[in-house]
Amino acid sequence: MNDILPDPVLSVRDLQIGIGNKLKIVHGVSFDILPGETYGLVGESGSGKSVTGLSIMGLLKRPLNVTGGALHFLGHDLRRIRPRDHRRLRGDRMAMVFQEPMTALNPLAPIGRQIAEMFVIHRGMDWSEAKAKAVEALESVRVPSPEERARAYPHQLSGGMRQRVMVAMALACRPDLLIADEPTTALDVTVQAGVLELIADLCTAEGTAVLLISHDLGVIANMCQRVGVMDRGRLVEEQDTKALFENPMHPYTRGLLAARPRLGSRVPGERGRLIELEQMVADEDRGHDVPTLVTPRGPRKEVTA
Amino acid sequence: MSRFILRRVLQMIPTILAVVLIIFVIFSVVPGSFVSSLLAEGRNVTNAQVVSHLNEQFGLDQPLPVRLWDYLSGLVQGDLGTSYRTREPVWQTIAPRLWPSIKLALAAMVLAAGVGIPLGFLAALKPGSVFDSATMVVAVSGLSLPEFWFGLLLMYAFALQLGWLPSFGYQPGSISHVILPAIALGVSPMALLARTTRSGVLDVMNADFVRTGRAKGVSEPRLVRAHVARNVLVLVLTTMGLQIGALMGQAIVIEKLFSWPGIGSLLVDSVATRDIPVVQGTVLVIVLWFLIINMLVDIAYAVIDPRIKVG
Amino acid sequence: MQLRFNLTLGAALVIAVLLGALTAGWIAPFDPVMDADLMSSELPPGGEYLLGTDGQGRDIWSRILYGARVSLAVGVISQIINSCIGTALGISAGYFGGWWDDLVNGLTNVMLAIPSLVFALAIMAVLGPGLASLLIALGLTNWSWTCRIARSSTLSLKSQGFVQAAKTAGFSDLNIMRTQILPNILGPVLVIGTLGIGTAILAEAALSFLGIGIKPPQPSWGNMLSDARELIRAAPWAAIFPGLAIFVTVLGFNLLGDGLRDRLDPHMRTRKA
Repeated sequence: MNDILPDPVLSVRDLQIGIGNKLKIVHGVSFDILPGETYGLVGESGSGKSVTGLSIMGLLKRPLNVTGGALHFLGHDLRRIRPRDHRRLRGDRMAMVFQEPMTALNPLAPIGRQIAEMFVIHRGMDWSEAKAKAVEALESVRVPSPEERARAYPHQLSGGMRQRVMVAMALACRPDLLIADEPTTALDVTVQAGVLELIADLCTAEGTAVLLISHDLGVIANMCQRVGVMDRGRLVEEQDTKALFENPMHPYTRGLLAARPRLGSRVPGERGRLIELEQMVADEDRGHDVPTLVTPRGPRKEVTA
Repeated sequence: MSRFILRRVLQMIPTILAVVLIIFVIFSVVPGSFVSSLLAEGRNVTNAQVVSHLNEQFGLDQPLPVRLWDYLSGLVQGDLGTSYRTREPVWQTIAPRLWPSIKLALAAMVLAAGVGIPLGFLAALKPGSVFDSATMVVAVSGLSLPEFWFGLLLMYAFALQLGWLPSFGYQPGSISHVILPAIALGVSPMALLARTTRSGVLDVMNADFVRTGRAKGVSEPRLVRAHVARNVLVLVLTTMGLQIGALMGQAIVIEKLFSWPGIGSLLVDSVATRDIPVVQGTVLVIVLWFLIINMLVDIAYAVIDPRIKVG
Repeated sequence: MQLRFNLTLGAALVIAVLLGALTAGWIAPFDPVMDADLMSSELPPGGEYLLGTDGQGRDIWSRILYGARVSLAVGVISQIINSCIGTALGISAGYFGGWWDDLVNGLTNVMLAIPSLVFALAIMAVLGPGLASLLIALGLTNWSWTCRIARSSTLSLKSQGFVQAAKTAGFSDLNIMRTQILPNILGPVLVIGTLGIGTAILAEAALSFLGIGIKPPQPSWGNMLSDARELIRAAPWAAIFPGLAIFVTVLGFNLLGDGLRDRLDPHMRTRKA
């Protein structure tokens, strides 16, 4: 059955990230993302999800760096690639949307120009052509009156609008992989669904694979085909989304699921209390792989691609 | 835009009034009046009649509020009063000094910005490097340097020993005369600009939108040119404005050292001769220069930074 | 690493100058004023006169040691006056608000608009030369930054609520300002004050150089430079060493101020790393 699966867009094997060689932050994480698939990484803050995403993009900030393992993307070995070639992949073949839309855009440049820059860098267009394409891109992310908005500055847009701009920018060159790092966490609840729907629609239409990083199980459940659960720098469980919610195998996953506040779970009149994860999961259960872990392409220790 | 400018101009008025008031009050409590300082110099103003005549002539016998009122109403008409010493209108004494002073301030600023900003920029691109440390050592030294001493050394080395440049004086249109005083005056703003630029670049390089730029695949040189530079400029502009504005005041000692016929040396000379109307006039000009430059900086901000509301 | 370096070198320079000033009476080989001998004027450094002699045959090294007293006294005392004025005005403006805040704010803006050297010059013109005049002129003209910092810190402390809590507990306004607010802003005030000492020393030297600061023959680094200017060709050392003394002292206070700031402000520390 494994044989008919396509080659993965991204294949992460035994990824280690640390500060120098002393302090390890990510201890041997492995997963694959197939073309067009939406893969979720879920875990608490500090579990190493974002750092994993940044390492794929090659955007880790000193003193953080990849200390071991392998990263393969569309036939490129990202650990051996020349920085220049990695840069060319960024924005073109792999793109990223960040958590904070308020500060993620250059405050002094019109948004149309910031989107147009993608076409100038990666498609070699001149600015006037690129700006026309930018307006199209804004239209595709359902920004109203895109021509006018292209001339607006980031501070003139709401948080939700800015995140749409970020999505338009990330998808401008129709990348093969979109890394979305908590794309809706900083947004009002009312606009979260819209932005997620947008990402889902556009990526399905283009066949773009998505690595969705989130601490929000609700978001993951709605968006992803498969989910990896990260805890303390390790991938402790990976399953199809449906299976994960129905039959979580790792104690940490069970704790994560149980810690979700649920509507109506409180007995009226009784003081409600959010349960701390620390109290739910025994310490010796945390940060360890479960033996059942397999990738869609079989046992996961050797490098594919 | 014109309403924005008008509003900024109107905002200057209370400050100017307060400055006039402070300066006026300070010089009204002068224990030794101009007339008595003439006496002290042994001029032949010995008898009481002459003293009272002189006092009357300059209106010094009037009560303070009356004198202040007279001064202010003159000021509104562009009349800065009459020099005690030359008996000429103060404005005529100041006017020919303006251009040399502005020229020196601008020359010093061009040097300071031309050296300080690139230094700070390069230092910040490789934080912790030898170049960075060396730049910061130069910067803290520049801020600690007594500029008139530095000027004296420059004069000794380049004018007296090497004979490359004139040691003092001023000639209209001459560039060689302005070089040494401008270097001496420009060192401390240069150091300050190097520091501000460096910390500005470090701040901006850590900003989220720079990470976005990298995620877009923008090359580092392009990132610095197209995204970082303008954002740093916004940070550096304030420092530059404050520095140019303050330079005319800071130039006092340098002007005196190089016998530069500017506002600063006029101020020192009139302080020495207690020519109060000229002192008041020069201080007012120095303050006006500061306020006008800062207003121009605000306007420049409104042009560069779209976040500032105009109108 | 670099932070400690700033602090250590700054402190070392300041202590060295301070020691020189305190022990000038013992370690100076000559009297700075009385030992003038025209027979031994303009002697180059070396031999009996460590740093040479000036135009009137006085020992430059001895005059620099005594001049340190003037510089340090003027720098430290005038800056203490500035810090007190700025802190008092800033805290009270931030604490009481209203018309008093507006007035202090306006005054601060005016003070910022008049370059402090120009202001000091004007006051010196009124008071005449001398140490006391210098202390007043420099002590009254450089408090605006302290005032601004004290005011903004007070405002942010006020919004944190523990001032309100102290009020509710029945403390008097003066008591709250003294016990709740003042200790919290001493750090920044100290940093600005330390940097301000350097500025004041430079200003004293400039005013003395212009002949309206310390009156000769009492030695001050500024008026030594003023004298040396006339004979720069014949005796450049007479100009070099007093200026070097100013530079080293001001550098010491600036490094000390920078070091203190990095110490007290963890935000700055992470940014530098």
